[in-house]
Amino acid sequence: MNGLVFAPELVLLLGSLLVFFVTLGHGRTGAARGLSLATAVGALICSLATLGHEADLFFGAYRVDLFSQLFKTAITLGLVLVLLVGRRLADIVEEARPEYHLFLLLSATGLVMLVSSVELITLFVALELSSYSVYLLVPMRNDRQGLRIQMEAAIKYVMFGVVASGVMLFGMSYLFGITGTTYLGELLARLQAIGATPAVVAGLTMVLGGFFYKLAVFPFHFWVPDVYQGAANETTTYIATVPKLGAVALLIRVATLVSPDGEAVVNFMIVLSVCSMFYGNLAALVQTDIKRMLGFSGIAHAGYVILGLVTLKDAGFAAAFYYIVGYLVMSLACFLVVCAVSRDGENVAISDLAGLYKRAPLLAFTLLVGMFALAGIPPFVGFMGKFFLLTNALQQGYLALVIIAALNTAISIYYYLSVVRVAFTADPEGRPAVPTDPLTGVVSVVLVLVIIGLGCLPNQVLSIATTAVRAIL
Amino acid sequence: MDFLILNQGSFPILSTLIFLPLAGALVLLLLKGDNAARIWALVVTSVNAALSLPLYQNFDITTPKYQFGEHHAWIPSLGINYTLGIDGISLLLVLLTTLLMPLCVLCSWRYIEKRVKAFMVCLLIMETSMLGVFAALDFVLFYIMWEAMLIPMYLLIAIWGGPRKTYASIKFFLYTLAGSVMLLVAIIALYLANDPHTFSIPQLMGQDYSFTFQVWVFLAFFLAFAIKVPMFPFHTWLPAAHVEAPTAGSVVLASVLLKMGTYGFLRFCLPITPQAAVAAMPYVIALSIAGILYGGFTALAQSDMKKLVAYSSVGHMGFVTLGIFVLNMRGIEGAILQMINHGITTGALFICVGLIYERTHSRELAKATGIGKYMPLYVAFLVFFGLSSLAFPGTNSFIGEFLILVGGFAYNKTVAALAIPGAVLAAAYMLRMLQKVVWGGTNNPDQSYLTDCNVREIVTLAPLLVFVLWIGLKPAPFLDVLHVSVNHLLSQVEAANPGVIKLASATAAQGKLLALP
Repeated sequence: MNGLVFAPELVLLLGSLLVFFVTLGHGRTGAARGLSLATAVGALICSLATLGHEADLFFGAYRVDLFSQLFKTAITLGLVLVLLVGRRLADIVEEARPEYHLFLLLSATGLVMLVSSVELITLFVALELSSYSVYLLVPMRNDRQGLRIQMEAAIKYVMFGVVASGVMLFGMSYLFGITGTTYLGELLARLQAIGATPAVVAGLTMVLGGFFYKLAVFPFHFWVPDVYQGAANETTTYIATVPKLGAVALLIRVATLVSPDGEAVVNFMIVLSVCSMFYGNLAALVQTDIKRMLGFSGIAHAGYVILGLVTLKDAGFAAAFYYIVGYLVMSLACFLVVCAVSRDGENVAISDLAGLYKRAPLLAFTLLVGMFALAGIPPFVGFMGKFFLLTNALQQGYLALVIIAALNTAISIYYYLSVVRVAFTADPEGRPAVPTDPLTGVVSVVLVLVIIGLGCLPNQVLSIATTAVRAIL
Repeated sequence: MDFLILNQGSFPILSTLIFLPLAGALVLLLLKGDNAARIWALVVTSVNAALSLPLYQNFDITTPKYQFGEHHAWIPSLGINYTLGIDGISLLLVLLTTLLMPLCVLCSWRYIEKRVKAFMVCLLIMETSMLGVFAALDFVLFYIMWEAMLIPMYLLIAIWGGPRKTYASIKFFLYTLAGSVMLLVAIIALYLANDPHTFSIPQLMGQDYSFTFQVWVFLAFFLAFAIKVPMFPFHTWLPAAHVEAPTAGSVVLASVLLKMGTYGFLRFCLPITPQAAVAAMPYVIALSIAGILYGGFTALAQSDMKKLVAYSSVGHMGFVTLGIFVLNMRGIEGAILQMINHGITTGALFICVGLIYERTHSRELAKATGIGKYMPLYVAFLVFFGLSSLAFPGTNSFIGEFLILVGGFAYNKTVAALAIPGAVLAAAYMLRMLQKVVWGGTNNPDQSYLTDCNVREIVTLAPLLVFVLWIGLKPAPFLDVLHVSVNHLLSQVEAANPGVIKLASATAAQGKLLALP
C-alpha cells in the first residue's frame, strides 16, 4: 500500500526519465509532448485514485493525506491543462522544445512532492526542484528582438528566487534552533508551548516569505511583471498558475504553526495582503501588455488568498484552497486566449485583442468568462471564492480588511472590463481571424464549464477541502 | 420556515420561470439562422409569460407570507439555501418581467440585424437573472442574480448599442458594480450578526440590530439601490446607457432593471434596517424631490427623444422613492403601482422611439416632426403613452402618482407641494414632444416616405396600451394583491419604531375609505 500512495510522484519521475531519454535525440518534440501529456494524465489519475489514502513515508518526512492528494490532483490537473493550452510552444527555441517538456515535468514533480513534505529539509528540496526547473524554462524563448528580454527575465527570476530561498532557509534555521526539530508536526507542538516569542515570529515570518515569493505577494513580487512579460506565453501560463497551488498548500501548512496568540505574524500577513491588493490592482490599471496586466492582477489575487490564511481557521484555509483552484482555471482560460491569439508566440498587447469577438467568437467568450470570473462577478468561481474569503475573514472580525478587499474588487473591475471592451466593442481594424483548432475549442469550453460549475455548485469542493484542512490542523 | 408557503404540487413554478429562459438560451446556441433565433426566443418568452399567469390566479391575497415557495439546501456549510418565494410586492414585478419579455423580442425583430442569436441569448439570460432577483429569498442567491445580470446587459449595450456604446456600457457596468460591492459586505455582516448565522432574507427582518449597525448596513444598501434606481445624484449612468442601448435594452433597463433598486428598498432597507430607514427618511425624500424636479427640467431641455424619455425616468423614479419613504400605506402602494406603471409606459415610449429610429435612423426630435399625417396609428399609440407618462386621469400613472401624492400629503404638506411641480413639468415635456411629433410646425421635413405601424409593431404596442387603460380605469385587481403585504411591511417598520410613524393598521383602515372603484 505504501508504494501505491506514492504513485503520482512515481509516475511523474518515470515520465521525466523517459522524456529525458527522448531529449537525447534530435527533433523529437512530438514524442516529448505526447509522453509529457500521458505522464501528466497518468499522475492525475493516480492522484485521484489515492484521494483519501493516508500514509507516512520516508521516516515521517513525507505525508500522504487528503490535503496533499487534493493539492496533487489540482496540480496535475493544472499541468495537463497547461500542456494542452501551451502545446504549440510557438516561441520556444526549436531545439530546446523536448527539454522544455522535461523541465516542465520536473517542476510539477517538485510541486507534487512539496505539498506532501512535512519536514523542513524535504520541503526545501522539493521547492527548489520545482523552482530551478522553472528558472530554466524562462530563457528558452526565442530572442526575437535581439534584446534578450528573456534572459533579463530569467536572471531576475533566479536572483529574486535565490534571495527568497535564502531568507526562507534562514527562517528555518531559527525554527530549528528554537525547537530542535525539523518535522512540522513536532514543530507545531513545541511552538505552541513556547508561544509567540520574537524569535518564533521572525522565523515563521521568514519561512512564510519564501512562499509569498512563489505566490507573488507584495513585496516579494518584483520578479512578476518582467518574468511574465519576458517569458514565452506558454511558460507564463505555467508560472502564473500551477506553482501558486504549491505555494498556497505550504502557506496553509506553515500557517497552522502560527499559535492563536501569534498576532504579530497575522498582522504581518494582513499588511502584506492590503499592500498586494492595492499595489496589484492599481498597477494593473495602466498596463498595455496583457501578460503584464495578468501578472499584476495575480499579485492582487495573492492578496485576496491571504484573507483566508489570516483567519487561522479550517474554514478560512478551505476557502483559500477553493480560491486558488478557482484562480487556476480562471487564469488558464485567459492564458488560453493569449496563447491562441499570439500566432508566433509574440507578446499580446491588450489592443491586439481588438474585435476578437468577430475574429474568434469562442475565444472571445472564453476571455469574457475568464476576465469576469477574475473580477469576481457571479455566477463564476471567482465570485464564490471571494465571497467565502470575505465571509471567513469577517467572521474573525477583520472588518477593515474585508472592506478594503471589497473596494479593491471595484477597482479591479475596470481593467478586466477594459480587456472585454476591447475584445467585444473595438473594431478588428484588419487584424486577421484567429483560427481555433478543435482541441482548443474543447479545452476552452471545458474551462468555461468548470468556471461556471465550480461557481454555482461549490459545496462538494468546499466540504472536501474543509475535511482535508481539518485533518492537518 | 413559517414565513414561506411551500409550492403545492410537484411543479416548481418559480424555478421553471427562472430557468426556462436560460435553458432556452442554451438550446438557442444550437440553432442556425437569424429567423430561427428570433422565433425561438419569442416562443420561449411567450411560454414563460403564459406559465407565469397562474401565479396571479393562485395568489392568496389574504396572507403576507411568501408563496409558491421552494426551499433546498445549496451550500450547507455556510447555511446558504436555494429559497424562492413571492409576496404581493414581488408578484406584480415578476408578472411585469415575464409579460414584457416577448414584447422585447418583438421590438428587436428588425432593429437587430447583426448577431441576432447572441442578442437573443443575452436577452434570455437577462430574463433569468431578473426573475431570480425578484423571487430570491436567500441573500446570496439574490446577490448572484443581481450581479449576474450585469454581463448580459453590458453586452447588450456594448455590442448592439449606438455610437457611444463603449462609454455608456462601461459607465453602466462600473457604476452598478461599484455600488454593489459594499452591498456584499453588508450581506455578510448581516449574516454574522444573527445567531444562528443565516442568509435567509425573511429571517434577517425584524431582528434587534443596534442602531449604528443598522445605519451602516442601510448606507451600503442605499448606495447599491440608489444607483440602480437611479436616484439623483447617482443617475448619470442612466441617460448614457438608455440612449446608447438598443430598443430592447432600453426597455429592459427602464421597465425592469430600475425597479430592482426600488424593490431593494422595499424588500431590504425597510424591513431589515427599519430604524435607520426612518432616520434617513427626510434625506431620501429630499433626494427624491430633487430627482423629480431635476428629471423634469432636464427632460424639458432635450432634443433627443430617447434622452427625453430617459430623463423623464429619473423624475418618475423620484416619485416612486418618494412614495416608498413617506412610509405609509398609500405612499408605498402607490409606489409599487407606479413601478409597474413606469415599466409599462416608459417601456412603451422607448419602443415608440425605437420605431421612429428604425425608419428615420435618427432620434432627433427635430427630424421626427409632423409625422402624424403619415403615421396616424403610430401617433395614436404615442399620444396614449405620452398622456400616461404625464399621469393623465384615466391612465395608469394617474392612479400611481395620485396615491403617492396622497401619501406625501399625509406625511408632510410641504413635501407633497414641492413634488407637484414635477407633475406639471411632466406635462410640459411630454406635450411638447407630442405636439412636435404629431403636428410639428410649418417647416416639417418631408415625412411622406414613412410607413405606418405594421402588424408586428401593433402587436408589440397593443398589450401595453391595454394595461395602461386597465390600470387607469380599474386598478383594484392590481392594488388588491398589495394590501396585505404592504401592511405587513409597515407593521415591521412600525414595530421597530414605536410611536415614530403612524399606525400602519390605521392608515390601512383609511385606505378603505379612499379605495378607488
